[in-house]
Amino acid sequence: MQNEIVISDIEREFIDLYRENRNMFEAKASAQVNKVRKSGIRDFERLGIPGKKNEDYKYTPLQPLFRNGYRKYLEPKKVEFNLAHVFRCDIPTLDTHLVLIVNGFFDKKNGELLRELPSGIIIGSLAAASHEYPELFEKHYGKYASHQDGLVALNSAFAQDGFFLYVPKGTIYKKFIQIVNLLVAKEDIMVQHRNLIIVDDNAQAGVIICDHALTPHSFLTNSVTEIYTAENTFFDYVKVQNEHNNAVQFSHIFVNQEANSNMTSNILTLHGGVVRNNVNVLLNGEGAENNSYGLYLVDQEQHVDNYTFIDHARPNCISNQLYKGVLDDSATGAFNGRILVRKDSQKTHAYQANNNILLTDEAKINSKPQLEIYADDVKCSHGATVGQLDDEALFYMRSRGIPEKEARLIMMSAFTHEIISNIKTDPLRTRINELVEKRLRGELSACDNCAVKCY
Amino acid sequence: MKSMLNIKDLRASIEGKEILKGINLEVREGEVHAIMGPNGSGKSTLASLVAGKNFADVTSGSITYLGKNLFDLNPEERSKAGIFLGFQYPIEIPGVTMVNFLKTAVNEHRKHKGLEPLSAKDFLKLLREKKDLVEIDSKLTSRSVNAGFSGGEKKKNEIFQMAMLEPKLAILDETDSGLDIDALKIVANGVNKLKRKDNATIIITHYQRLLDYIIPDFVHVLFDGRIVKSGGKELAFELEEKGYQWIKNQVNGN
Ligand SMILES: Nc1ncnc2c1ncn2[C@@H]1O[C@H](COP(=O)(O)OP(=O)(O)OP(=O)(O)O)[C@@H](O)[C@H]1O
Ligand SMILES: [Mg+2]
Repeated sequence: MQNEIVISDIEREFIDLYRENRNMFEAKASAQVNKVRKSGIRDFERLGIPGKKNEDYKYTPLQPLFRNGYRKYLEPKKVEFNLAHVFRCDIPTLDTHLVLIVNGFFDKKNGELLRELPSGIIIGSLAAASHEYPELFEKHYGKYASHQDGLVALNSAFAQDGFFLYVPKGTIYKKFIQIVNLLVAKEDIMVQHRNLIIVDDNAQAGVIICDHALTPHSFLTNSVTEIYTAENTFFDYVKVQNEHNNAVQFSHIFVNQEANSNMTSNILTLHGGVVRNNVNVLLNGEGAENNSYGLYLVDQEQHVDNYTFIDHARPNCISNQLYKGVLDDSATGAFNGRILVRKDSQKTHAYQANNNILLTDEAKINSKPQLEIYADDVKCSHGATVGQLDDEALFYMRSRGIPEKEARLIMMSAFTHEIISNIKTDPLRTRINELVEKRLRGELSACDNCAVKCY
Repeated sequence: MKSMLNIKDLRASIEGKEILKGINLEVREGEVHAIMGPNGSGKSTLASLVAGKNFADVTSGSITYLGKNLFDLNPEERSKAGIFLGFQYPIEIPGVTMVNFLKTAVNEHRKHKGLEPLSAKDFLKLLREKKDLVEIDSKLTSRSVNAGFSGGEKKKNEIFQMAMLEPKLAILDETDSGLDIDALKIVANGVNKLKRKDNATIIITHYQRLLDYIIPDFVHVLFDGRIVKSGGKELAFELEEKGYQWIKNQVNGN
């Protein structure tokens, strides 16, 4: 019998790197972060990087993606980039507060490590916050991110910085908080930022996260974001991934929703080499509502894999999932949507849909719903479609004088509209709509981020 | 009068089955032609081929439009050259609003003519004008193209689009079916109002009643892929009275 997991060179390298730097990590970080770190490395040693046999990563083999000799920055490196560009290209009419994360570390160029906004909102560096607010960290940090996935454990083991957001009780923040993740290096690097968002009772807020690679090097991001939304809260999470073909991104989001909280996520994958999004939602209080939306536009050899897991752990909760994708050239994709309705979670409403358009015969998508329902009084539905652009509709438009290319674009925009229309803030929705149109026209360069147009 | 559309010995098959078996038809400026014929005789196939739908194999023959070989033009070029097909079954396009669809179409036509795109204000003015002409419900233009429109609304919408694009040659494929009598009058009225000396209309219909409102110069009977009989408007009455069996018997020579 062979029960042992064989540790590959890559995994060994991580473990060695951890051992060499453990003292440095622990000296810098707070107690709770270190506590989670210890279990992180233990779990990673046990699990490793999810392998071929792991059903959850069936369509995205991970091991080869790590074989690139990425440098791992264990402290912020000085990098040259023009901050003015970042500001100049801010979403024009959108009133935001902007936070910059460079290669996984909070960047001070745009303000002090931790800032308390007039509304009482605290925003800043995760590392700094972990020292400043130990009680909050003890209560929330590492409590939602499950180490069942070796990649998450790996992130916990190496976690140093990222962003921290705290929205105090009753605070209603109308501006969007914008977090820009920049990758900028003169060599191939791997980054693992760790983020924590806490939305306290009766509060309302929203974040827009823009992932952007400024230099053409290979990048690998393995990020974990924990989100806690307390009772009676509203929280919007919009993520725009616009990197480049040499960028690999694993993004793990863990959401814990308490009673009567309402959380919406929009994961928009516009550009990336290999992208894997994990959205894990625990509906942990009655009356909670979750909306998980996603849009992926991929072409060339790109690959995007979306995994969602909605855990209806309490009765009377609602979840809606809608993921839509357009795949061109020989792009590939996967959608795996898991819904778990626990035994006592009566009166659950859980809906899931995944719709895809394949523009070529080479493009491929694997769509798999996974419904596990143990309660009897529930309303659940799921559906997946894979199709082409409707030829009849294309001919109808062309017969009115609309050129074929334009007709195709109009139809693709119509297809994506259903997702974008869920972004509630108007200037942001308009801006993202523009970005998506540009992407569909093939005019979106790697330098057009959601808010950042650098170089 | 100038020849507009000239179809010569057109043969076309779908999946190996010959549907059009040598069609000859000439339409000149200012004329109204009606094409009648039993179900499945090839009327829509003929209309779609003129509009540029790429679904049947043309095995022989030619279609000339204003001196140009139509087969050299793609559907959008044909539209901009003035050909309009009112679909027998208008297509639903969820998510694409009528306004957006029409604005794009109208501006493509303008670009072709070397005109600037219409301003938002001028476009809305044009929209309102044409809406009144075909008495279409105002709300329909803010909805998705044909999505959830009733049968009659879809047909009216075809005439509305025709009014917006002002074609030289309009082919209306059973635009009268499914219309109530008031709507029928509105459609006929729309066609008559848009009639000019230098444009032409082909009406495909099963019913003589539309021809009470739009008086055709010629009536053709399409039967099993061939035009087997042509005549004046009185042919429509004769058909109504005697049915297609009469034609069938004539064709079969008994
Ligand atoms: N896409 C297609 N594939 C296979 N057969 C087709 C296709 N389109 C048309 N046909 C066949 O071609 C023949 C002619 O069809 P068409 O639609 O032109 O008839 P029509 O005269 O317009 O009839 P109707 O009065 O019912 O509208 C029919 O037998 C039809 O089944
Ligand atoms: Mg027909």
